[in-house]
Order: sequence, then C-alpha cells, then structure tokens
Amino acid sequence: MRIHPALSFLAAVLALVAPAVAAPAAEKPDPAADAKAFQDFFRKKFPQVKFEDFVNGPYSMNEDMRKQWEEKEQFPPYEFALEAGKEMFEKPFKNGKTYADCFANGGIGIRQTYPYFDDKEGKVVTLELALNRCREANGEAPYSYVKDEMAALTAYMAYTSRGKPFDIKIPDDPRALEAYERGKEYFYTRRGQLNFSCASCHVQNPGERIRAEILAPALGILNAMPIYRSEWSGMGTISRRFTTCNSQIRGVPLEPQSEEYRDLEYYLSYVSNGLPISGPGARP
Amino acid sequence: MSAAMKAIIVTAILLAAGSAACASSEADFKTAFAAADAAEKEAGRLRNQWTTTEAALATAKKAAEAGNFDEAVKSAQDAEALAKASIFQATSEKQRWKAMEIR
Repeated sequence: MRIHPALSFLAAVLALVAPAVAAPAAEKPDPAADAKAFQDFFRKKFPQVKFEDFVNGPYSMNEDMRKQWEEKEQFPPYEFALEAGKEMFEKPFKNGKTYADCFANGGIGIRQTYPYFDDKEGKVVTLELALNRCREANGEAPYSYVKDEMAALTAYMAYTSRGKPFDIKIPDDPRALEAYERGKEYFYTRRGQLNFSCASCHVQNPGERIRAEILAPALGILNAMPIYRSEWSGMGTISRRFTTCNSQIRGVPLEPQSEEYRDLEYYLSYVSNGLPISGPGARP
Repeated sequence: MSAAMKAIIVTAILLAAGSAACASSEADFKTAFAAADAAEKEAGRLRNQWTTTEAALATAKKAAEAGNFDEAVKSAQDAEALAKASIFQATSEKQRWKAMEIR
C-alpha cells in the first residue's frame, strides 16, 4: 500500500507530539493541601470575617441580616424540631433498643465525625444514612431523607455537638481518596440548564445576592445543618439542601443519599475541618 | 428587482406555503419523541438531566395525547436539543471542572 507523503509526514509529526501532549500521570489526591487552599481562599476573600464565623453563612457576610438573625435566635425557629428530635432519639424502637445503641458515645456529641469512610463497605456513610440504617436494623421503616423526622433527629444530634470542630478523616485508602475526589469533582462541575456548579454560587459569589438571597460561603456551609429555612417554611436536611440546589439550576436532582451526594458531603465537610458545628441553623 | 432576487422570493413563498400545509403526523411525533427520549436517557446515564428537558418531553406527550401533533413534534424537538446540550455539558465538564478548583 502506498501512503501519500503528506500523510506520512503528518503521522511522523503526531508520533513526535503525542508523548508530549499525553495526559500527565494522575497526581495522588492531597486532601490536606486542598483544605488549606480552600480555607485560605475564603480567609483572603473575607479578611473581616472571623474564621469560626464562616459557619454562620450569609450572616457572616451581611450586617443587617446578622442583626435580624441574632434577634431571631432568641426564639429560634428550629426549636420545635430540636425538641421533637430529642424525644424521638430517646424513644425506644419496638424491639426496645434506641438510636444510642447504633452510635459511638450513645450518639451524643458525634456529629462532627460524619460523614466517615466505611472501609468494610468501601463507601461514605453520612449521618442521615446511618440513622436510617439504624432504624432498618431495628425493624423500623426508614424516614424520608429530606425533612421532618430526619431533620429533627439530625437537629438534635447536631445540637449535642455544637462547638465541636469538624473532624472528618480521610484514611490512606485509595477508595476513600477516590470518594473524596469524586465529591470535589461534583462540587466544581457545572450542571443544569443554568450551567452552574456549587462553586459558581458558594465560591465565586458568596456575600452577593441571587434574587433576594445572600449566598453563603462554601466554607462551613454544612456546619449549620440541618436548617430551618423560611423559604421552605420548615426544616431541611443536607439531602434537601443538595437536591433543591440542583433543582434551582434546572438540573434533575439525584436520589437523596445517592453516592454522588454522599461523596460531595464528604468533600465539603472535610474542607471545613476545624470549624465548629453550629447546627441546627436558621436561614432566610 | 433582479431576476435572481425574484426567483428567491417566489421560492421562499412556495416553501412557506408548502410547510404550512404539511401538518405533523403521529408518526412524525413518534420519531421525534423517540430521538428525544434516547438523548434524555443518555443524559440520565451521565447523571446530568435537566428539568427543562423533562418538561419539554411532558409537554410533547400531552400535546400528542390531545392530537396536536405540530406542537408535540416541536416540543419533542426542543427536548432533544436540550438533552443533547446536557450531554455536551456533562461530557465537557469531565475536564473543565478542574479550571474552577481552588488550588
């Protein structure tokens, strides 16, 4: 077969260029370096905001909103959920066991360690998931992941951890690092018809308005969960926050507690390590 | 007016009249819907469906059920275009997200 001289030349050029343009070997993820860069970014962007105050979301960015919130905290709107959550947490299942039997330290003061990577399962386990697994293991039906009972239970558990800094561990296990990386990818990936990523709002524009809302910084955004939102007229979990964010940008939300959302929660929680749990919270 | 210009105008009028007379059929709808549905399933496989695609598919189905195949075909075509855009977004973001990362 005769090859045209121009084609031979092109092949030779490609053979020379290909090794140079081949994708570089994937770097090993470095979550600690990521978290440092993430936190430094927000510290530099908002030098007037105290580090611990990032957990207060839009209230750390806007003085008027902060005053309204401080007044609201005299009679916080999540109080009913908190009381209901405590009652539910302490009430035994039909088999006589309680949630306390499913968690370390009886489930008290442990919120800051969730989500964690379960090396047996090879996946991320969130607090919401662990609560439903606890229910099912004790013969009870699982709760909806987005509101009501789940929000009440997580509100109570968060309350018992208030002030404790997020302490998310990423073991030196390739599966854990992959889960972390997938969560990071989800966070920065544009989706929905509006072509927004989580970062479009919560990294590029915190403190700015989107319609009537002031956008919260991504740093510390999960520390206040679950939250009472006036917009929802009720409580919502992390699952609710993720699914509604997706809908707002005209993306079809994934199933609550899908692997993508669990990995996202793992990433977002890890990069907020060191910031105190402040949940349950209240937002406009 | 030049002869060429006259020919263009006459052709455009004839084409417009022809397309107006050509109403969409149920078969047209089925073809358009199948294409849109396939694209949306692919977007689903990529975990990146858009609510607007789902809405356009629902509108197409509703219009077809009401016998309005012109609207049904148009909505199905809109849905296909939206689904293809969401596929493009999911595919291109596989690398592009890195540009947004805080480092």
